[in-house]
Amino acid sequence: MKTILELLEDDSRLTPEQLAVMLDKEVGDIRDLIRSFERDGVILGYKTIIDWDKTERGNVSALIELKVTPQRDRGFEKIAEKISNYDEVKNCYLMSGSFDLAVLIEGRTMNEVAYFVAEKLAPMESVVSTATHFVLRKYKDKGVVYGSVEVDERGHEF
Amino acid sequence: MDYSNILSERAVSLKPSGIRKFFDILDEMDDVVSLTVGQPDFVTPWHIRESAIESLEQGKTYYTSNSGLLSMREEIAKYLNRRFSLNYNPKTELIVTVGGSEAIDITIRALVNPGDEVIIPEPCFVCYEPITRLACGTPVIITTKAEDNFKLTPDALRAAITPCTKLLVLPFPNNPTGAIMTAAELDGIAEVLRDTNIMVLSDEIYAELTYGRRHVSIAGLDGMRERTVVVNGFSKAYAMTGWRLGYTAAPPEVTYQMLKIHQFAIMCAPTVSQYAALEALRNGDDDIVYMVEEYNRRRRLIVSGFRSIGIDCFEPEGAFYVFPEIGKFGMPCEEFCERLLYEERVAIVPGTAFGSCGEGFARVSYAYSVRHITEALERMEAFVKKLRK
Repeated sequence: MKTILELLEDDSRLTPEQLAVMLDKEVGDIRDLIRSFERDGVILGYKTIIDWDKTERGNVSALIELKVTPQRDRGFEKIAEKISNYDEVKNCYLMSGSFDLAVLIEGRTMNEVAYFVAEKLAPMESVVSTATHFVLRKYKDKGVVYGSVEVDERGHEF
Repeated sequence: MDYSNILSERAVSLKPSGIRKFFDILDEMDDVVSLTVGQPDFVTPWHIRESAIESLEQGKTYYTSNSGLLSMREEIAKYLNRRFSLNYNPKTELIVTVGGSEAIDITIRALVNPGDEVIIPEPCFVCYEPITRLACGTPVIITTKAEDNFKLTPDALRAAITPCTKLLVLPFPNNPTGAIMTAAELDGIAEVLRDTNIMVLSDEIYAELTYGRRHVSIAGLDGMRERTVVVNGFSKAYAMTGWRLGYTAAPPEVTYQMLKIHQFAIMCAPTVSQYAALEALRNGDDDIVYMVEEYNRRRRLIVSGFRSIGIDCFEPEGAFYVFPEIGKFGMPCEEFCERLLYEERVAIVPGTAFGSCGEGFARVSYAYSVRHITEALERMEAFVKKLRK
């Protein structure tokens, strides 16, 4: 059976009352559970998925591959923390394979992103090299397919 | 040309679907939150679609045998055994049909002689009565009641039986009420039928969609297999409505007659659909579990939603419909539904679409997303508040 976490991951706007009904549980228990998930850092936040291309505001994203020299004792932790502090950085992952950190940057223009890479990321002490891949088009993000608005094409059986 | 002397009198005498007009209005309107559809909102699981595509790539575009691919019938036999403890011989007792609808049609046509009575518990799906009439049978309607949780009772059945009774239609889990029949309740029905020559058409198309307990087939009860035609299919269990695939399971003597009708009228069910269904039967049990859990959450949400806005709602245990009682608002259900559509842009189906005894009720489908259901409930709450003023 799907858990509260799975249901909230699909739709974080479900209220404790709705969750309680859907899962046949007491609403108080659901509230406590959500609170403890939040307290323990299991639930880290609630966000909205927006297709910025459909708005006035521009949006450019890029995936940056970083090769990094690990630091003694702290490995990649310190540099990853430092990079994650920037608001422009949306995702920062340690990867297996031919590079070390994958960093997803979002900005309003390509220049903004390029500037950030050239001025902030690349000069960092332990960064050996960067490779920037601009996203040309998003088809699916966080499980949501972009572009199409779903139309109910089901016919009636009468 | 004057068609009045040309058309079949029997066809002309069939009543058209009364609800068509309502849907025509609905189709013309914008921003309507509709809860009217009687089919899953899931797309057929990908592995099933993929099997169909593969079969096309491999050029499997021929007719199959009339009763369907033998491998398919063998899988159906295994499935019926695995899920419902029924035992059928794939060679002589199973026919793959074009949806549950064709299965119902050939069952009634293979059994009913002119003048035979067919007992139909209403509210129910709309096809049994017209098909009975096309077979020159006489429909005998039993009304199931809210106070009996819309179940068929042995007393009501006994009272409807006459020397002309040929067939009982047993449509559970029920569209539109969501009622089910438990093993004990079916036993009461079986008790009435065991010493008669009455056959049962057990329409089990919603068999997989039950909440809290597994569906029981009347064919599995003592003495009932020989007098039962089980109708089932893939539409609801695997979200495969558009593939048009169902089947019958019945004793060889009955199957033999049904097969002749099927053979001459249909030839065979679509081959590509059969290959898709083969995959569903082999690897689709988990898909059913997933969808049933999803429906169950929505079912709880919508029943609780109706109750909290002050509309009584019988707790359905099967299918994906609720059947709230709207009679207390002092207008016929068709008027209620039309006003709800015009004033709040929510579409639900008047209960009378499922028989005149559906007056005072409406069918509400929860084969929709939680967001959609929630929006509909909010609009209905506004409507109900307005009516109460």
